[in-house]
Amino acid sequence: MSKIDRRTALKGLAAGGLAAGAAATGTGARAAEHERPEPPPDAVGMLYDATLCIGCKTCVVACREANGLPPERDTVHGGIYDAPIDLSAGTKNIIELWRDGDEWSYVKRQCMHCLDPACVTACMLGALQKREHGIVTWESSLCIGCRYCQVACPFEIPKFQWHEANPKIVKCELCNHRLAKGQVPACCEVCPRGAVIFGQYDALLAEAHRRLEENPDRYVPKVYGEKDGGGTQVLMLAGVEFEKLGLPDLGEDPAPELARSVQHGIYRGFVAPVVLYALLGGVIWRNHRAAARDGEDER
Amino acid sequence: MTHHAAPVGGPFLTRTARWLLGLVALGGIIAAWRFANGIGSVSALSDGYPWGIWIALDVVIGTAIGCGGYAVAILVYVLNRGKYHPLVRPAVLTSALGYSIAAVAIFVDVGRPWNLFKVPIQFWHWNLDSALLEVALCVMTYVAVLWIELSPAFFEKWKAEPGGALHGLATALDPLVRKLMVPLLALGLLLPTMHQSSLGTVMLLAGHKLHPLWRTPLLPLLFLVSVIGMGYAVVVFEGALSGALLTRRRETPLLADLSFAMVPVGAIFLVLRYADLAFRGLLADAFRPSWLVALFHLENVLVLAAMLMLLSPDGRRNATRLLRAALLFLLAGGLYRVDTYLVAFDPGSNWHYFPAVPELFITIGLVAAEVLAYLWIVKRFPVLAGRAGAAGN
Repeated sequence: MSKIDRRTALKGLAAGGLAAGAAATGTGARAAEHERPEPPPDAVGMLYDATLCIGCKTCVVACREANGLPPERDTVHGGIYDAPIDLSAGTKNIIELWRDGDEWSYVKRQCMHCLDPACVTACMLGALQKREHGIVTWESSLCIGCRYCQVACPFEIPKFQWHEANPKIVKCELCNHRLAKGQVPACCEVCPRGAVIFGQYDALLAEAHRRLEENPDRYVPKVYGEKDGGGTQVLMLAGVEFEKLGLPDLGEDPAPELARSVQHGIYRGFVAPVVLYALLGGVIWRNHRAAARDGEDER
Repeated sequence: MTHHAAPVGGPFLTRTARWLLGLVALGGIIAAWRFANGIGSVSALSDGYPWGIWIALDVVIGTAIGCGGYAVAILVYVLNRGKYHPLVRPAVLTSALGYSIAAVAIFVDVGRPWNLFKVPIQFWHWNLDSALLEVALCVMTYVAVLWIELSPAFFEKWKAEPGGALHGLATALDPLVRKLMVPLLALGLLLPTMHQSSLGTVMLLAGHKLHPLWRTPLLPLLFLVSVIGMGYAVVVFEGALSGALLTRRRETPLLADLSFAMVPVGAIFLVLRYADLAFRGLLADAFRPSWLVALFHLENVLVLAAMLMLLSPDGRRNATRLLRAALLFLLAGGLYRVDTYLVAFDPGSNWHYFPAVPELFITIGLVAAEVLAYLWIVKRFPVLAGRAGAAGN
C-alpha cells in the first residue's frame, strides 16, 4: 500500500508544483506589460533645480522650524553648528554637495513621494500610505516599527528614532500640516533662489520641461522623477548626471513591481494555498486511513 | 509518534543549565535596557542597516532551523515513510522552540511591539502587497499549530498522573487534538511552505540595494528548497547531539537514511541557482573575482560538499561524517540567508554594520533559552525515543 500512496502523493505534489510554476510564469508575462502608475488627480509636488541652488541651507533650517526638529550639533566633531551630514530621524531635508574636480552640484535630499512607493508596498498594516494629494504619510497607530520601509525605499528616506522607547518613522510629509493651512512647504517658502518650488504635479512637470527646452546647455536632458522608479511627485533638474548626486538609476518600472508581481503571482486569489492545502490534507488523510486499516500503531 | 518516546528524566538544574540560565538572565537585562532606551542603545543597527542579526540570525535562520518538523513531516505524512515516525516528535519540539524564540526575537526587534497584536486582528488594515505581512501571519499561526501538534506529548504525561492538576484538561483535550490532527498536519505543511518562501520574497523589495547575484525572482523558491534541506540537516544534527549528550539510543541507521534526502534537495538548489544565473545572463558576472562572488560560490560549495559526503551509504552510516555533513548543510543555508539579508545588502558606502556586543548577547540569551526549554521538556515529557533496552510504553 505504501508504494501506491507514495506515488499518489508524488503526483499530487508535482501537480501542485506545476500550478505554482504556471502562476509564476503568468506573472512574468503580466509584469512586462504593467501600466505606468498615474499620479492622483489632486497630486502636488516639488521641483528642485540643482542649477539654481546656492547651497545656503535656508531650507534645512526652515524645515526644522516647520517640523519641530531641534538642530543637530553632534554630527560634526565638537562643532557648534547645526550641521547634519545626512538625513536622519532629526533631519527630513538636507542639501548635499557633490564635487569631482571642477565639476560640482548641490542636491536636495528628501522623500520623493513616489507614485508607486516601495515603502507603501512593504508596510504590513498600511501605516505608510499615499494619502491626500498623493503625499506619503505615516500613521503611528498602524506602525509596529519593523523598518521594512527602510529596507525597501530605493532612496533611503524613512528614518527611525533609534534612541527612543517609543520610536517613530520620520520622513518628509511635504509639510502637509502647512498645506492644510493654505501655506506651501517651508523649504519652498524660504528658498531665496526659487531652486525648490511647490505646485500641482502636472504644472511642475510642464515647468521642468519648459526649462529643459529653454536652456538645453544648462541641464542633463532629463527630469529625474518623471519616470524613474515608476515616477515621483518630487521632480529634479540638474547639470550633472543624477547618479553622481546619489539618485539611483532605477529604470522606469515602479520600484516595488518585481517583488509585488512575484508575491501576487504566487498568491493570486489565494488559489495556490487553498489547492495546496486540499492536496496535502487529502494525501495525509489517505495515508492516515491506510495505516489505520493496516492496523499499524498510529498517533 | 507514540512508539517508544519516553522522558529522559534526571535533574534539570545541572551545571550546564545554570550557565544557560545565566545567559538568559543577561539577555533579559539587556532587553529591558533596550525597551527603556531604544534599540540604538544596545545595537549597531542604523538607518542604512535597519535589520541586523536579530532578524537575519534569530528570525530568518532560527525559523529555518525550526523547519526540521516541516521537513520530516513531508517524508512521514506526504511521502508516507512511516519508519521515520520516531523522528517526528523531537523534530516538532525543535520547531516549536525555534519558532517561539523567533517570535520573542521579533518582539525585541520591532520598535513598536505594542502594535503587534493588530497584525493578526485588524484584517481590514492588511496590506496584501506586503510579503512581510504574510510572513508575520503565517509565523504567528504556525507557532500555535506546532505547539498543538506537540500537545499529545504533554497530554500523555499529564494523563498518566491521575492526581495532577492538568489531568482533567489533558483527558478532555487529547481526543479533540487527535481528531483534528489531519487538518492540523496539513496546516503544519502549508504554513512553512508559504512563509519560508515569502522570507525570500521579502528581500526582493530591497531592489537595487540587494546584489544582483541574490536578487532573483526565484528567491522564494530558493529559500523554500534550501529550508527543506536545512530541515533534514537539523534533524540529523539534533538526533546525533541528543544521542551523545543525553545518552539516548542513537538513531544512526534511521538518521543515515533520512540524511540522504539532503542530496536531491541540495541538487535542486544548486541547479536552480546556476540555471537562474544563466537565464538572467549573469554567469559572466558570477566569475568576476570579488569577495561577494566568492561568498556566493561558497554557499553552493558547502551544499555540494555536504551532498558528496552523504552520497555513499557507507558515508551515511558513519555518525561523525553524518554530523559533519549536516553541519555543512546548515552552514550553507545559514550563510545564504545572512548574505541575502545582510552581506549582499548594500544601502550605500556610508553605511556599515557589525553587531554590537549587547546585541549579540540578546541573540545568545535567546539561543540559551531555546536549549534550556528543550532540555526541560525532553527530561520531563515523552519526546525522544527511549533509552536502548528501557524503551516501550
